[in-house]
Amino acid sequence: MLEAHQLGFQFLSGEPLLSGISLTLRAGQWVGLSGDSGAGKSTLGKLLAGYLTPQAGEITLAGMALPDSGIQPVQWLPQSPELSVNPRWRVGRILREAWTPSEAQCQAFGIHPRWLSRYPQSLSGGELQRVCVLRALAPGIRFLIADEISTMLDPITQVELWQALQQEAENRQLGVLVISHDSALLKRLCPQRFHLSSGQLKPW
Amino acid sequence: MFTIDQLSLQLPMYASWWKREWATCLNDVSLTFATGEVHALVGASGAGKSLLAYAMMGLLPAQARLQGQLYYQGTLLDASRQRRLRGRELALIPQSLSALDPLVRTQRQVAWAAQRAGHATESAWRASQQALDHYQLNARAQQAYAHELSGGMARRVLTAMAHVSQARLVIADEPTVGLDPHQRQRVLTALRELADQGKTVVLITHDLRHALPIADQVTILRDGKSIETAPACAFQGAGTSLSSTYSQALWRALPDNGFTVSMAQPVDKETVVA
Repeated sequence: MLEAHQLGFQFLSGEPLLSGISLTLRAGQWVGLSGDSGAGKSTLGKLLAGYLTPQAGEITLAGMALPDSGIQPVQWLPQSPELSVNPRWRVGRILREAWTPSEAQCQAFGIHPRWLSRYPQSLSGGELQRVCVLRALAPGIRFLIADEISTMLDPITQVELWQALQQEAENRQLGVLVISHDSALLKRLCPQRFHLSSGQLKPW
Repeated sequence: MFTIDQLSLQLPMYASWWKREWATCLNDVSLTFATGEVHALVGASGAGKSLLAYAMMGLLPAQARLQGQLYYQGTLLDASRQRRLRGRELALIPQSLSALDPLVRTQRQVAWAAQRAGHATESAWRASQQALDHYQLNARAQQAYAHELSGGMARRVLTAMAHVSQARLVIADEPTVGLDPHQRQRVLTALRELADQGKTVVLITHDLRHALPIADQVTILRDGKSIETAPACAFQGAGTSLSSTYSQALWRALPDNGFTVSMAQPVDKETVVA
């Protein structure tokens, strides 16, 4: 269980962005998070994954603080895959950075074996996004923060990506926080949904 | 108004240093864009949407192999005519925001576009002022450099440039990527206004759902082929008035509709009606 308790956060130059945020993500649970641009959705996602440190409150994983090193059990999936890969690595090396997915898993995510010998620049955004999602699903992973991961995909690719992720999450009881502008998508994926505005979470 | 007649495009791909192969990027595409309408070109990435726009503007790399004809206002549009009309009667709102000059303030860039369209220096400055006001870019944004603008503001600057150029045909390449819903609505409304003023607007996007409210016609592209052109109102209900299975699948994959991929079993029209 991933728990955020009374989180508060502000950037050095700004006013408080998040205040008193409490959120619980259980194993196998899908939670949706919406909000306007600049409301702090991605910041909350990065806090939960340990990329940022909150100024107030705490984040615990099964009652303990997030680990400092090693593969993080909470993985953050960013919106732009091309910024999260090394352009000098081939796709095969990128995919196997943390673990080696099986062929069946590659197939479920629609990753073509032909891509593995290519460089990331020669894949489209949607293709690279699927590689990045599968890369993040190493065996030790317990929770995923999916930050607008399907915004740039066409509808069919979007459905395929989410179905593959739902299957994988079901098999391994992953908890998933879906961050998106798209309320129709959140209604489809997440039984429990929150809207973030002026630093507060409201269920909808 | 603008007609694309059996356009095919091949681009070289290098399999190794010395081995050149020709990749077919557009395959026998025929389309007509009518005056005063918003025509959406929808397709997955790699479908050839942007290449079609470059072919229309004459911006393809020199080694591209192009077959087929383009007609603008009933007359053949060849390379020299393209060069003459580009930036004047034909305008492209590019996908990449790096199309803005990083060293020049917003208003000067828009004034340049107006000068290219034939305005004298002073009237170009006035026209750029009006266009920027029209797209609700305040005095601060008008004096800003490109890197100081937000994504939505930069899109509106590019739209303002197309607006002052008096172009009769405006091609907008993925104008809403990375914008929040509010900004997206503003950009799309601006495009609809251009069409209502009697211009032809070609909207290139992968976002079928948000293109539909402002589009008159929708063309679905896939792997360089034009799959189907349908009026925007055909995209409703179960999508049964769409003739191709791919367009139906695209429509049903939207979260608002089925959120399913049903390419394997195309729904028979008759059974649904019955």
